[in-house]
Amino acid sequence: MQANAESKSELNINDKIAKSKNQSTTIRGLKLLLQSKTGTIGFIIVICVVLVAIFAGVLAPHDPALNNLTATLKPPAWLDGGSWNYVLGTDNLGRDVLSRIIVGTRVSLLVGVFSVVLAGLIGLIIGIVAGYYGGIVDNILMRLVDSFLAIPSILFILVVLAVFEPSLLVLIIVIGLTNWVTYARIVRGEVLSIKEREYVKASKSIGTKSSEIMLVHVLPNIVSSFIVISALSVATTIILEASLSFLGLGIQPPDVSWGAMLTDGRNYLATNWWLATFPGLAITITVLGIIFLGDWLRDVLDPKTQVNQKGGAK
Amino acid sequence: MRKYLIRRLLQIIPVIFIITFVVFVLVYMAGDPVALMLPEDASEADREALRAALGLNDPFIVQYFRFLLDLGQGNFGTSFRYNQDALPLVLERLPATFELAVASMVVAIMMSIPLGIYSARKRNSFVDLFITGGSVLGKAMPNFWLGIILILLFAVNIQFFPVSGRGSLLHLVLPAITLGTGVAAEMTRLIRSSMLEILGQDYMRTAKSKGVNNGRLIYKHAFRNSLIPVVTIMGLQVSQLVSGALITESVFAWPGLGQLLVQAVNGRDMAVVQASVFVIAILVIVINLLTDIVYRLLDPRINYS
Repeated sequence: MQANAESKSELNINDKIAKSKNQSTTIRGLKLLLQSKTGTIGFIIVICVVLVAIFAGVLAPHDPALNNLTATLKPPAWLDGGSWNYVLGTDNLGRDVLSRIIVGTRVSLLVGVFSVVLAGLIGLIIGIVAGYYGGIVDNILMRLVDSFLAIPSILFILVVLAVFEPSLLVLIIVIGLTNWVTYARIVRGEVLSIKEREYVKASKSIGTKSSEIMLVHVLPNIVSSFIVISALSVATTIILEASLSFLGLGIQPPDVSWGAMLTDGRNYLATNWWLATFPGLAITITVLGIIFLGDWLRDVLDPKTQVNQKGGAK
Repeated sequence: MRKYLIRRLLQIIPVIFIITFVVFVLVYMAGDPVALMLPEDASEADREALRAALGLNDPFIVQYFRFLLDLGQGNFGTSFRYNQDALPLVLERLPATFELAVASMVVAIMMSIPLGIYSARKRNSFVDLFITGGSVLGKAMPNFWLGIILILLFAVNIQFFPVSGRGSLLHLVLPAITLGTGVAAEMTRLIRSSMLEILGQDYMRTAKSKGVNNGRLIYKHAFRNSLIPVVTIMGLQVSQLVSGALITESVFAWPGLGQLLVQAVNGRDMAVVQASVFVIAILVIVINLLTDIVYRLLDPRINYS
């Protein structure tokens, strides 16, 4: 009975220690973030964009797909003829530009995040396998990686989109399948250097299974470079998705995407400039936020590049 | 050098093999082209006959080898949109794309070299901050949006440049700036950091203490050495230039390879898709090989093994 209580209080103490540790890392992280102006701006932008994507349904003042033929091509609110009912104006079918931008956030983020997750998973597996086993496996896999790197990935994507009808799932899979190479390369490099370390060799010599070594020793060591690449990958993927939509090869209507809004807006460039301006602004601000956050993460998480930067800055 | 060249040329073989395989698998998965080739009311027997005639009933591997043989002879099939052979269709678009690519590269070089050097020399100054910030913005801004904004400002509001198409030198300006700026953003950043590294080298201090004048110091001692990484970067930018060209050509209705490919993808014109993908891929591979060779010629320290 008593022993039980004792172990309970012990648990409590351990809990508290863990908690205070957690808290201090969060606070430390926040302090680090506030030291960097661009990092803070990036963080705020990313949080806002994510919140907008999650609560798009509540935030959008109008139905983004609703035609209103009595209010077509209205200018933004602060111009002559604009109204606060349609803050960023309306398009040729009377659809609210602001609502469409808000809802369009979803497609951009979904494609950006999930294709990067997919690419990361494939790259992680291939990189670890190639780096850990070496030899002929490594040789074949790296030849494959080189081949993928030799050709612009947009070519593969276009061939796939010529064959399959573009949809959210197809876009995520296609972009994921072409982006894994960067990960595979970097993961392999890290694995090669980690493999030679004393503690991994020691662990191997006492008979730890390969899979366990990878999970316990190799994986934690690549997390930080992984996060850094991912952030920048999301940024480029969002631009890629917008470009594909712009070319008519992205999400099809009635689903809304920023790139497709730009295609529509281009036809009204001479008379209604706002249609092609605001969606582009949305893309640029989102991507800028992610780049800022990614650069800051690199500085904080990746001590190697920090040293390099200082070395180069003599 | 010769050994290195042979090795690099041999490395191209698996790359080409993988491209052909991926494209073939995709087209194979796309399914039966017979439905598109015959009128709606064709009988099942007619379809079967055409399938047999086209060899579509053969096993996968046989079809793949036949596909490779056709490619070897430059036979990509017939475009059903233009009703002519796909390869000449693609090749006749090359000059336009080449013109745009070269002009954009000129724009990129003219922007990035002075900006990169200047911001490295005036490190942490207001101008440096402005240039660095601009290069991040250039990276964040989608290429095609920049194109649209340029059209809005300089072809619609100030009607100085034509909105789209190809012809005079004026037609080339806006597309080249659009495509060139994206490349310049990346290059400026890299030239800046490469210059910074060289400015900190011992031989720079020696040259300075010896009384070499400032212009000579920067351009002869620093800039020449910083060119080496820049050439590699230019090689890497080729990929970006290609994907950028696809989109820029569509924005400005520039009658190049990119526009043709995008239209073919939209129209499911598989022969043209295949032919343009192969031509672009081979161009990229060749350009990468050439930049690699230039790089090695520029820097005698690199060994060829």
